[in-house]
Amino acid sequence: MAQSTTRAERRAGDSGATDFKTSMSTRYGLDRAFTVVVTAAALVGIVVLAVLLVDVVRDGSAMLSRNFLTSFPSQIFPENGGVYPALIGSVWLLGLTALISVPLGLGAAIYLEEYAEDTRINRIIEINISNLAGVPSIIYGLLGLGIFVQLLAPVTGGTSVLTGSLTLSLLILPVIIVATREALRAIPASIREGGFALGATRWEVIRSHLLPMALPGALTGIILALSRAIGEAAPLLVVGVALYQTYITRTPFEGYMALPTQIYDWISRPQVIFQESAAAGIVVIMVVLLLANSVAILLRNRFQRRV
Amino acid sequence: MSGIARSRLLVVAGLFVLLALIGAACGSASGGQGGEPVSGSIRIEGSSTVQPITQAAAELFREQNPDARIAVGGSGTSDGFEAFCKGETQISDASRPIDVAEEVPVCEENGVEFIEIPVAFDGISIVVNPQNDWATDVTAEELKTMWEPQAQGKIDQWSQVRSEWPDRPLDLYGPGTESGTYEFFNEVIVQNEEEANRSDYEASEDDNVLVQGVAGDQNALGYFGYSYYENNQDKLKLLAVDGVKPTADSIRSGEYLLSRPLFIYVNAKVLQNNEAVQPFVDFYVAEENLDRIVEAAKYVTLPSSLEQEARTQYEDRTTGTVFTEQGEPKGGDLEAALKQSQ
Repeated sequence: MAQSTTRAERRAGDSGATDFKTSMSTRYGLDRAFTVVVTAAALVGIVVLAVLLVDVVRDGSAMLSRNFLTSFPSQIFPENGGVYPALIGSVWLLGLTALISVPLGLGAAIYLEEYAEDTRINRIIEINISNLAGVPSIIYGLLGLGIFVQLLAPVTGGTSVLTGSLTLSLLILPVIIVATREALRAIPASIREGGFALGATRWEVIRSHLLPMALPGALTGIILALSRAIGEAAPLLVVGVALYQTYITRTPFEGYMALPTQIYDWISRPQVIFQESAAAGIVVIMVVLLLANSVAILLRNRFQRRV
Repeated sequence: MSGIARSRLLVVAGLFVLLALIGAACGSASGGQGGEPVSGSIRIEGSSTVQPITQAAAELFREQNPDARIAVGGSGTSDGFEAFCKGETQISDASRPIDVAEEVPVCEENGVEFIEIPVAFDGISIVVNPQNDWATDVTAEELKTMWEPQAQGKIDQWSQVRSEWPDRPLDLYGPGTESGTYEFFNEVIVQNEEEANRSDYEASEDDNVLVQGVAGDQNALGYFGYSYYENNQDKLKLLAVDGVKPTADSIRSGEYLLSRPLFIYVNAKVLQNNEAVQPFVDFYVAEENLDRIVEAAKYVTLPSSLEQEARTQYEDRTTGTVFTEQGEPKGGDLEAALKQSQ
C-alpha cells in the first residue's frame, strides 16, 4: 500500500497533523477494503461487457467477412447477405446528427450559461431541458414523424436520412446542452472577470477563453450523446427507416437503412442464419462506435493539451 | 500562446464550417428534389410479416434493374395503410385485408385507389413445451376458453380447459396487441366485439421471444407464425387445431383453421405515372417469380388457381377490396370473391 506516496498523502503530511489517534492496521485495512470494493464495481461492468462481446463475436464470426460489409442484406441467400446499405446509412446518420446537434447544443448551452439572466422563464427552460434528457426515445420518434416527416416534408424529403438525423439530434440535444453547461460552469468566474476587466466583450471572452476551456468537457458529453444516437432503433422505426432497400444512400434527402434497425429486423426473423447475421451486425456497430469515439477522444485530448 | 490562438481559430472555423455545411444541405433541398426523377423510386411500408416476401421480390428485381430504387419498411399493417392512404407510399404490405370501415374511407378521401393482391398464406401455430405429455390437439372452442377476456384471472389451470388435462398452471404466451397476428387470432378464435383477448399473458412483439418462453416453460401454451415453429421444431411441440395439424398443404387449402392470406396493396394511379411501380409489380406477381419469392421468404405459396385469380385481378386493374366490413371475403371464399369482383 505504502510503496508510493500519492499527492493526497503528501498534502496530509504537509499540514503537519500529528495529534490524532491512529490505528494503522485499521486504517490500512479500511483502505484495502475500499480498494477491493471500487475495483469490484469497475469489474462488474467490464465483465458483463466482455461476456457480451465474446458471445456476440462467437455467434457472428461465421458471418463476419469483407463480403458482409460490402453486400446488401439478402432474403434469397441469407448467408451471402451483409450490412452495406445499413452501414452507409448509419455513417450518414452519425455525421448529419453531429453536424446538426453539436452547434445547436453548444449554442444553447452558451446562451443559458453566459447570456441568460436568472428569470422565471429561463429557469423553466433550464428545468425542461434537463427533463427532456429522460424522455423515452420513441416519443422523439413520434415528434419527428409529426414535424420532420409530415409537416416539413417539402424541405426534408419525407422519410429521408435527414429526417432521421434531425430526430436523433432532438433526442441528444439535451445531453449535449447539459454536459456543455457543466463544463462552462466549472470555469472559475475570475477568468470571465479578468477578460471583462481588460475590456473584452462577452463574445471575445467566450471565444478566447470559455469555449476552448469548456470544449474537452463538452466533447465528453458529445461522445456519449452520439454513441446513444447511433444505437437507437425505436425512433428511426417510427420515422420510417427502410428495413431493406435496393440502393445506397447518396444524398441527405434519400431513404436510408441503419445498423440498429437492421439488427432488430434480423433478430426478429425465425431462421437461425439471421440470428448469426444479427450478431455480426452488432460487432460492426460496435466497431463503428469505437472508431467514432476514438476520433472524438483524440480531438478532446488535443484541446486539453492546448489549453 | 500561439497554440491557444490556433485552437481558438480551429474551433471558430470548425463551427462556421458546420453551419455552412448545414446551410448548403438545406439550400440544396429544393434543387435536389426538383432535379431528381422521383418517379423511378418505390416506397413500400406495412406488415413486418409480409416484409420478407417483398424484400425477396425487391432483391430479385434489383438483379435485373440495378437502378430501380425500392425501399421496404416494416412498421406494421396499420401504420402501413395510414401512409398508403395518404399517398405517401406506392405499395403497402398487409397481413390482414384493409379495414372497410376505417381505412378505406381515408383512402377514398385522398383519392387513392388500390388493387388488392393476395401473395401468400401464413399459418398461426399453436405450440406447447415438448415435455407437455398431455396435450396433442386443441379445439377452437378450447382456445376461446383460454384466451377470451372473460378467462382473465379465472382460467389458470389446464384442467379447467379439458377435464382430462392435469391440474397444472396454464401459462399463456402470445404476440402483443400491436401485432397483426394478435388481430387475426382474435378474429378467428375469440370473436368478440372488442377485438381483444385476455391481457394476463406473456406478450412480446418478437416471436423469437415467445419461442424461448414456450421452450423454457413446461406448462406453456403459445401462438405465433408457423415459420417460427418450423425453425424451432426441436424446442416446441405442435398442437393440431380441430384435428388438423398445420402443414404447407393444410394451410394452403384452408383446411387448417388458423391460416390467413397475406397481401400487397398497390396504388392504382401510380401504376400509370411511376415508371418503377408497374415493372416491379409485374415482376412480383409473375407466374415464374411469385412462388420462388414466397418460398424464399419461407411462407406457404397460394394454390395455383387462386394465384391465377390474383394475377387477373392485377392485370385487369380491378380496384377496391373483396372483403366485407367483418374482414370476411365476400361470399366466404377468397378465390370466389376475387372471381366475382372481376
